[in-house]
Amino acid sequence: MAEKMFGKALKRVEDPRFITGTGNYTDDIAVHGMVHAAMVRSPYPHAKIKSIDSSAALALPGVIAILTGKDLVGAGINPIPTGWLLPDLKISAHHAIQPEEVNHVGDIVAAIIAETRAIAEDAVALVDVDYDVLESVSLGSTALAAGAVQVHPEAPGNLAFDWTIGDAAATDAEFAKADKIVKLELRNHRLVPNAIEPRASLAEYKRAGDEYTLHTTSQNPHIHRVMIGAFVMGIPEHKLRIVSPDVGGGFGSKIFQYPEEVIVLFAAKKVNRPVKWTARRSESFVSDAHGRDHETVAEAAVMNDGTLLALRVNTIANLGAYLTTFAPAVPTYLYGTLLNGTYKWKAIHAHVRGVYTNTVGVDAYRGAGRPEATYVVERIVSTVARELGMDPVDIRRKNFIQPSEFPYQTPVALQYDSGNYEPAMDMALEKLGYKALRAKQAEMRKQGKYIGIGVCTYLEACGLAPSALVGSLGAQAGQWESALVRVAATGVVEVLTGSHSHGQGHETAFAQVVADELQVPVEHVVLVHGDTARLPHGWGSYGSRSAPVGLSAITMACRKITDKAKKIAAHLLEASVEDMEHVDGKYQVKGVPERSKSFFEVALMAHLAHNYPADLEPGLEATHFYDPKNFVYPFGTHLAVVEVDADTGRTKLIRYVCVDDCGPIVNPLIVEGQVHGGVAQGMGQALLENTVYDASGQLVSGSYLEYTMPRADDMVQLEIGHTVTPSPHNPLGLKGIGEAGTIASTAAVANAVIDALEPFGVRHMDMPFTSEKVWQVIHASQLAQAADD
Amino acid sequence: MADKVPITLTVNGTKHSVHVEPRTLLVQFLREHLSLTGTHVGCDTSQCGACTVHLDGMAVKSCTMFAVQADGSSVTTIEGIGEIGHLHPLQQGFWEMHGLQCGFCTPGMIMSAADLLQHNAKPSEAEIRHALEGNFCRCTGYHNIVRAVQHASGQIQNQAQAADD
Ligand code: FES
Ligand code: FES
Repeated sequence: MAEKMFGKALKRVEDPRFITGTGNYTDDIAVHGMVHAAMVRSPYPHAKIKSIDSSAALALPGVIAILTGKDLVGAGINPIPTGWLLPDLKISAHHAIQPEEVNHVGDIVAAIIAETRAIAEDAVALVDVDYDVLESVSLGSTALAAGAVQVHPEAPGNLAFDWTIGDAAATDAEFAKADKIVKLELRNHRLVPNAIEPRASLAEYKRAGDEYTLHTTSQNPHIHRVMIGAFVMGIPEHKLRIVSPDVGGGFGSKIFQYPEEVIVLFAAKKVNRPVKWTARRSESFVSDAHGRDHETVAEAAVMNDGTLLALRVNTIANLGAYLTTFAPAVPTYLYGTLLNGTYKWKAIHAHVRGVYTNTVGVDAYRGAGRPEATYVVERIVSTVARELGMDPVDIRRKNFIQPSEFPYQTPVALQYDSGNYEPAMDMALEKLGYKALRAKQAEMRKQGKYIGIGVCTYLEACGLAPSALVGSLGAQAGQWESALVRVAATGVVEVLTGSHSHGQGHETAFAQVVADELQVPVEHVVLVHGDTARLPHGWGSYGSRSAPVGLSAITMACRKITDKAKKIAAHLLEASVEDMEHVDGKYQVKGVPERSKSFFEVALMAHLAHNYPADLEPGLEATHFYDPKNFVYPFGTHLAVVEVDADTGRTKLIRYVCVDDCGPIVNPLIVEGQVHGGVAQGMGQALLENTVYDASGQLVSGSYLEYTMPRADDMVQLEIGHTVTPSPHNPLGLKGIGEAGTIASTAAVANAVIDALEPFGVRHMDMPFTSEKVWQVIHASQLAQAADD
Repeated sequence: MADKVPITLTVNGTKHSVHVEPRTLLVQFLREHLSLTGTHVGCDTSQCGACTVHLDGMAVKSCTMFAVQADGSSVTTIEGIGEIGHLHPLQQGFWEMHGLQCGFCTPGMIMSAADLLQHNAKPSEAEIRHALEGNFCRCTGYHNIVRAVQHASGQIQNQAQAADD
């Protein structure tokens, strides 16, 4: 019996190239005749471009061309559209190079094309742009205030959209019944995704055939092709090939179609040379779409026994200067619908206003809306517990949706199909030794030592998603996924997937599933992704969709292969198809192992077709387009333990326990890796990372000197567990795990810090919990205490 | 643009005598002149460590020095410390322990960790975490990177043991 690959912690097959330095990232590619692009970026958050004098730059030896916004507009290049429309959405044109006005620091005003990158960058300094500097605004609530600076004329009052979900009247009614109303004002601050590989693009143009090839750092090459080809540049899809080779992390930031991609494509044709651009990290900070940036007021209506009645949420979502690809969806359908969490709220109402500011666009960043929702729900539930004198675990247990209640219709549109929250929580509590640790915490407090335990019992919706549903909500894209499984005459299996791996290990995990389905050795399975010229149309990887959607498509395609292989084998064995079985890598007559054909024999005959069923097509390949029936709903419990040094304010993570339920696990190594990385990012938000615009609209955290990335010594070894509740609606029961760690950990760590600070009377404070901020509140509390004494 | 200057340096055992612009960074020289693209660039402020190589046996951030400063030196990059079939214990450790996801930070991580293990063959977890402070990884949460270095440390000791026996 062939060894089952599903569930095995197989070492990754993609690793040899990465550990030997032979990966192939976009910036590693050099082609004959290649020249380089550098961008002239606005130093101002808001300004009119009065004139651009590029004569000195053009005179620099080695400079080939300088492009401005007027050149692009004049050549019929359209603005970059958003990919998600909400009713009455106010849109302002986002040009690859702004022709008239710049709206954030880093907005592109011109592009230099030169023989070398160094020359191009030298020339940037020689371009003389005359700006008429305008007033600017960078905070969402400031932009919404009366008399605020107007960012775009198309959006009066800077309001891009005004969106609600849930039943306001029902929510009011529950509030009227409540014993207690608990209110929190929360800032979910802005983050920079910071994939360690900076974005890069290399465009090639072939005169013969009028064809373009773009190598670019993309999580979804087909989305890039649709946007650039059909909307921005008017290039027929068959003449625009997008290749996304090895990609050094995405976390959402490489979903979006960015200006530089349009610029290098345009330039490649104009100068008739391949053109490459690679971001400097300082450019990444002002040009990669940012994440989060919410200002929220949340109120919970509760009973004194801890019953949660209703939740009312009012959020201002800062969208930045332009609507990037998924921007309108993130603070609405990926946020408001998740506010129910794992609890039985009777009513929820959320009101979200999307606001333009003079900042970098805000879009999906690992978790995309779900971390923001989880932060609101989990912070307020813990606050309710504290104010009712309950343990944060008990209030959760009391209000969990019960296993018998699925499918569960929430008050905010989603219907959860499955879940079982208590076992995951109990496993986590047990791993942590929760009760004992609570006792120890009380002991330590007496000695002036402060640890805090944070609880987060999250749920998320991922595996985007039924196409008809997302279409009805405004998506300008489908959300099915494609797979083409192609068996060569020698029996080697090529799997072409629309999913894209930028670190997730698809080459390994997907091959494991294919090996089981086709009963072939895993090393005979080769994954192909990231090239629009080779793949059927697909929608790429984000929203933890690769396993539940992409791998479901592959599974279904494999099953078509098996069905066909049975027919071929039946013919060769002169048996009827109904009598065939697929065991041990062979197609055999049921119960008669002697009468069998190997996968290789069948594959070979499919190609030769010498002795072949008359009514069957030759060849052995199958395509499947899989459109999921619902989202999938992973959940789990994360417990963070932090220690706060009362003298310095230094707050450190000391333990972290998580139990996630992502359904059946294809490769535990990969799943746990996703959890580790996700937790580090969420912890990073809670304790370290912050994106700060000063009053004049400058990004003051614009490099790694100011933006605190999580480092090795900020993290601890995680204590991980799993429960398994399969998704009821996809062939393998898979759910996503790529974002869960980030979704859960920010709230878990924040709850831990607030818990640690309870003796200082801290009810809530905003992240990140830097030493300075924590010291300030401790110090203030000590002063107040001293004054009282 | 200043005139090119001659330099001679040995990279992964091969001697190169070339002319470079004085402002050419060592990392740029490795990537663009020698096509050794395993050494990566992740930042422009000497923070991320993706560019880490060994210069005369010591880990350096190759984005932070000019190629001319390496004149006369011997440089080892990720391509030079091991290859498929003959992996360095750290390469093996990263593979075994799933110490990488996107792989972009990996060459720099391995080179930094190799420097650590040269000086401290049996580092504690805290020492590993401290030694890797200058290397960012956005994917792994460092969890398996620490385990990869521990794995390599164990391998190296076993090898030393075997050699002694
Ligand atoms: S490239 Fe970041 S430290 Fe060298
Ligand atoms: S593996 Fe992606 S940055 Fe480390």
